[in-house]
Amino acid sequence: MRIYKILTISLFIFFAACKDKPKEKETAAAHKVTPSDKISDMSIYNLPSVWTDQDGKEIELKKLKGKVLVMVMFYTSCKIACPRLVADMRNIEKQVPQEDKEKVKFIMISIDPETDTPERLKTYAQENQMDSDKWLFLRGSQEDTREFAAVLAVSYKQISPMDFSHSNIISVFNQGGELAYQQEGLGVNNKNAIDKILELAN
Amino acid sequence: MPVKLTSYFLLLFALPWVAIWAQEDQMAKVKGGVYTPLYGADSTAVGVSDFYMDLYPVTNSEYLAFVNDHPEWKKSRVKKLFADGLYLRNWESDTKLGKKVVPNAPVTNVSWFAAKKYCECQGKRLPTMDEWEFAARADETMADARNKPGYNKYILGWYEAPHTFKNPIGSTFKNYYGIYDLHGLVWEWTSDFNSVLLSGESRKGNDEDANLFCGSAAIGATDLMNYAAFMRYAFRASIKANYTVQNLGFRCAKNVIDNKGEQELSFNSMK
Repeated sequence: MRIYKILTISLFIFFAACKDKPKEKETAAAHKVTPSDKISDMSIYNLPSVWTDQDGKEIELKKLKGKVLVMVMFYTSCKIACPRLVADMRNIEKQVPQEDKEKVKFIMISIDPETDTPERLKTYAQENQMDSDKWLFLRGSQEDTREFAAVLAVSYKQISPMDFSHSNIISVFNQGGELAYQQEGLGVNNKNAIDKILELAN
Repeated sequence: MPVKLTSYFLLLFALPWVAIWAQEDQMAKVKGGVYTPLYGADSTAVGVSDFYMDLYPVTNSEYLAFVNDHPEWKKSRVKKLFADGLYLRNWESDTKLGKKVVPNAPVTNVSWFAAKKYCECQGKRLPTMDEWEFAARADETMADARNKPGYNKYILGWYEAPHTFKNPIGSTFKNYYGIYDLHGLVWEWTSDFNSVLLSGESRKGNDEDANLFCGSAAIGATDLMNYAAFMRYAFRASIKANYTVQNLGFRCAKNVIDNKGEQELSFNSMK
């Protein structure tokens, strides 16, 4: 009899796969929404995706709520632009004063999740002195990655098995997950990005 | 009991198949192949696997049914992250199309997120850009009509015609694969629309975007004569995923499942 149940349930899931928020009403009624729970319409915390970090741990984007996020999309085997993009990120990180660093998280999202396993991301982090807890390396499914890029207005395309074309954009999000600032291009002055981060953190 | 058991299992296994047949009912199978898109991987050939594509763009009434099932996509409730302020702007209300909207015309003013969700809820997905362009090379009689003067003339003539989004589905030609309206009614979302790397600078025609895009040297149009396609790619590069545009709709696609029951890769880069 149990097998019936399991099969029926799995069949139900098959049909209901697209409903990612079926219990919205119930949960809203069940617990009062406190102000800190509230996220705005434009918040990236509306995205339901789950990511894996450089330690192989699963992480929901929502867990980052309350921090200022500095994000970039990259991939570890990139030889041309990414080292400069990473240099820009490190440069920004260095200029955030020690006392503010608790409030800011630096996030590197891979656009090549097939190659960029957690181990590979970890090694990359260590090699580039980005292995403190301020840095978070994330990989997700192809689809969630494409979706996240769509939110950041980052374009990318695989142009060969090893290489991608991609936009070089550093994005800053406020504590509620709303896009606050974007810096496009390489080797540009990071001052505006840093000013924005400090303004948000304080 | 054994009879009951057998019929239970029959029902259990028949159901998904019925659902799958029903899904493919209004779809055409497009036999894949290798082709050189206007704008692709290193501007060389790309491989497209066999896939199913909807015969028609998704209509207003079909989208209304979806919104009724998924209230979070109603125009009053949709999150701005997922659709901008013009989402379903011509609809009278959340659940009424109203006089301005033709029920069996393609739904427009829908975002990429909305289109993607709609297709997922049908057990389908959005077509990739390479798939869409592959199928859209066809005219009535040929799989690839891009070299026919009439083909490009037709498309460019359409680009100049106003308000074609108000025409009902099926009102343009049936192409080689049996698919309607790829050209002539609305422009359509693709799953990886944001893989076109054109910057403001590259549209202006100077080459200083090397700092904006990694690997931008690989970008170039293989056939600039194909102005119609160039316009589509430039348009895709100019929109964001929550934009909703009056002449932009969508249709869904689906993988062809091979004999082993494994899903084929939807697109492989070929060198």
